[in-house]
Amino acid sequence: MTAIDYAAVLERDRKGAKLPRRPFPKWFRETGWRHLIGIAVLLFAIFPLVYVFSASLNPGGTLLTANALFSNVSFESYFALFQDPNYPYAAWWTNTLIVGLATSVGTVFLCALAAYAFSRMRFTGRRFGLLTLLLVQMFPQLLAFVAIFLLMSAISDVFPALGLNSLIGLIMVYLGGALGVNTYLMYGFFNTVPKEIDEAAKIDGAGHARIFFTIILRLVAPILAVIGLLSFIGTFGEFVIASVILIDPEKQTLAVGLFQFVSNAQSKNWSVFAAGAVLAAILPMALFLSLQRFIVGGLTAGSVK
Amino acid sequence: MTRPTVDEERPAGGAADKAILRRQRRAEAYSEAAGVGWKVWLVKIASLAVIDALAVYGIFVLIAQENWLIPLILAMVVVAVNLVYLTPGLLPAKYLTPGILFLLVFQVFLIVYTIYVSLTNFGSGHNSSKDDAVNALLLQSQTRVEDSVAYPVKVLEQGGEFFFLVTDPDGEALLGGAEEPLGEVDAQMGGGQAVGVEGYSTLDFGSILANQDAVAALAVPLSDDPNDGFLRTTDGSTAYIFISTLEWDPAADTMTNTSTGVVYSDIGTGAFTAEDGTELLPGWQVNVGLDNYVAAFTEQSIRGPFLYVLIWTFVFAILSVATTFALGLFLAIVFNDPRMKSKRFYRVIVILPYAFPGFLTALVWAGMFNQDFGIINQWFFGGAAIPWLQDPWLAKIAILTVNLWLGFPYMFLVCTGAIQSIPDDILEAAKADGAGAWGIFRLIKFPLLLVSVAPLLISSFAFNFNNFVLVYFLTQGGPRFPDASINVGQTDILISMVYKVAFVGSERDYGLASAFSVIIFIVVGTISWIAFRQTKALEELN
Repeated sequence: MTAIDYAAVLERDRKGAKLPRRPFPKWFRETGWRHLIGIAVLLFAIFPLVYVFSASLNPGGTLLTANALFSNVSFESYFALFQDPNYPYAAWWTNTLIVGLATSVGTVFLCALAAYAFSRMRFTGRRFGLLTLLLVQMFPQLLAFVAIFLLMSAISDVFPALGLNSLIGLIMVYLGGALGVNTYLMYGFFNTVPKEIDEAAKIDGAGHARIFFTIILRLVAPILAVIGLLSFIGTFGEFVIASVILIDPEKQTLAVGLFQFVSNAQSKNWSVFAAGAVLAAILPMALFLSLQRFIVGGLTAGSVK
Repeated sequence: MTRPTVDEERPAGGAADKAILRRQRRAEAYSEAAGVGWKVWLVKIASLAVIDALAVYGIFVLIAQENWLIPLILAMVVVAVNLVYLTPGLLPAKYLTPGILFLLVFQVFLIVYTIYVSLTNFGSGHNSSKDDAVNALLLQSQTRVEDSVAYPVKVLEQGGEFFFLVTDPDGEALLGGAEEPLGEVDAQMGGGQAVGVEGYSTLDFGSILANQDAVAALAVPLSDDPNDGFLRTTDGSTAYIFISTLEWDPAADTMTNTSTGVVYSDIGTGAFTAEDGTELLPGWQVNVGLDNYVAAFTEQSIRGPFLYVLIWTFVFAILSVATTFALGLFLAIVFNDPRMKSKRFYRVIVILPYAFPGFLTALVWAGMFNQDFGIINQWFFGGAAIPWLQDPWLAKIAILTVNLWLGFPYMFLVCTGAIQSIPDDILEAAKADGAGAWGIFRLIKFPLLLVSVAPLLISSFAFNFNNFVLVYFLTQGGPRFPDASINVGQTDILISMVYKVAFVGSERDYGLASAFSVIIFIVVGTISWIAFRQTKALEELN
């Protein structure tokens, strides 16, 4: 690689001035090959997405006919999706949305409460509490799904509405796993908000609840958004616990329902499945892409998809 | 206000301070109430009311089920919650209680419970108490007594349950159900037969047909002793005596098969067992100590597949991190050149796989890899029937390919960030010292990058270690090991193996599955512990 005058290049870029045309070999050696790699990666990245989108537009399509990309274009499969009573897609979608929203709101609220206490108050057992959270965080709740199943079926005997086959039960289980993972991220962020703000409010006569709800929560809104979003996307694709708890088809979430849909009738109803996949993917992808900047920040702060 | 409510503890109360303390508390309560505002207060009272009502209901139901320990715990928890929110002060507890309650019940308790289940033989065939197992055995081994009296019967229904109203040879009316043995009852008679009882509705022929299965399955015990036999009907009008071929001897704790004479006794394994080792199922739940762990590591038909899965889980997780990191880093370097145009465009497209929900990815790729109709064989291999998901090695390659697609955008984002944060002057200095591009990368960029990315690589490893959805949705763990006694395949990772042992197929072994879970807990916990030591999070705690 030859030495580059980066500053000069950037300067030219900013002014919008055209780069002096380089001879092709030089251009290729410096940037051209990068575009070749870029195009190859681009194809790798979007091929499955294009494929599934094309398959969804192919009316009555099977796995085999899906191979001819965009040979037919019609929205029939999207309508068919809502007509099979054995695979209540609309109910799956609603359930997923309910579970995702309730879980993310609940997660944000519980974690914010805990983070506020840890960040602003000094009390006996505080350090112990923080350490316990770290410790618990090492044991993924996911692994306890046998125990989750047994516990939920025991709860069913007393409160059928909170046990097996109940969305509220599922949300409660998710909330149980919320604190360990997220409180730390929030705790760190809360610590960056200067304490003087609380104190000023306190002198003006605000109680702790008013300080928490009207001042702190607004100041830490970015981290609340990131955690809410990560929790929503995480819940959206969660399969193991949802499949263990939710039994009836009309109670299931998208991940559980679509998996059964595919394993029962893979090659026959491929285009209907593809339509289901496209509709399912729209919301998380839109959220992700529009809030990309925040998520990337949250990711590098230590969590993974 | 002179003393902040949030930060300080109350003064330690000597006897003389009591009055002051009381006044202070009251003042604190007033200021708290004033600061909270009536809306929050209303929400608080309403939530407490709902929680208390639910708890009281739960306690009653549990006591009705003759359960004592759990209602006691529930009562103590609810009292504690009420105390926390109704006494002034206790601020940290007010903020921590909701989260901690969920954490205790749905995470800490579940971990403990997993360990407990792993020490039992819980699973299909062993899922309830010994009494239930005895009843189930006697019920399922019934045969009709030859030449027994035929009882005229009417099927009655009350509250969704069915009962038999029979007329015995003496003309007495007897009523009984699945849970209660036959007993005399005042019945309306018609044509020399009891036809109805007040409070119950008599099923007509059509309703009997509609509930055929339930009626045929109903067995009404003749007396409190299950050895006396049961009444059953096939047509809803005549019932016969059925007696179990098994005889239950509570004193000797044995089951005897009356037709073969084989004696089955309780030898502590959770099922009645004959001398030759055959078991009567269902059995019941017993504590088996470390048997499940011992089986995992010694029993040939479990050990083989288990060790294979354990190794593959590590290989899979390491290769997943290595491949995605390599591609992500490579792309980050390629695209991180100020002379290159349309970088933003490439970046947005490259992120798309990461935004696509993971479970859909695996399902879509499963279709693309289909041996007969999949687009990969049709387009890229000229229609050759390559068994991507059926061959042990190809299935592994397929999984790693899909994981690469799924994971490289994340690594790309992370590496781009890390590279851009390396200060320019270090690179300038290296260049001035005459380092080449490769040297700069190998000796400066890469080590610096690794410092900031290493914790993410470790957490990515831990994530892939339990990447259930990818494996299960793509191959369902297959192809299956032919000689394994548990439902495990070549591409199963530990977590998918646990899922299949516990929930897939007719044989469910919760005990063994929980033992595997505990083993994974230990592995993942150890890895996180190392990661945690590396990041030195402990020292930053203040």
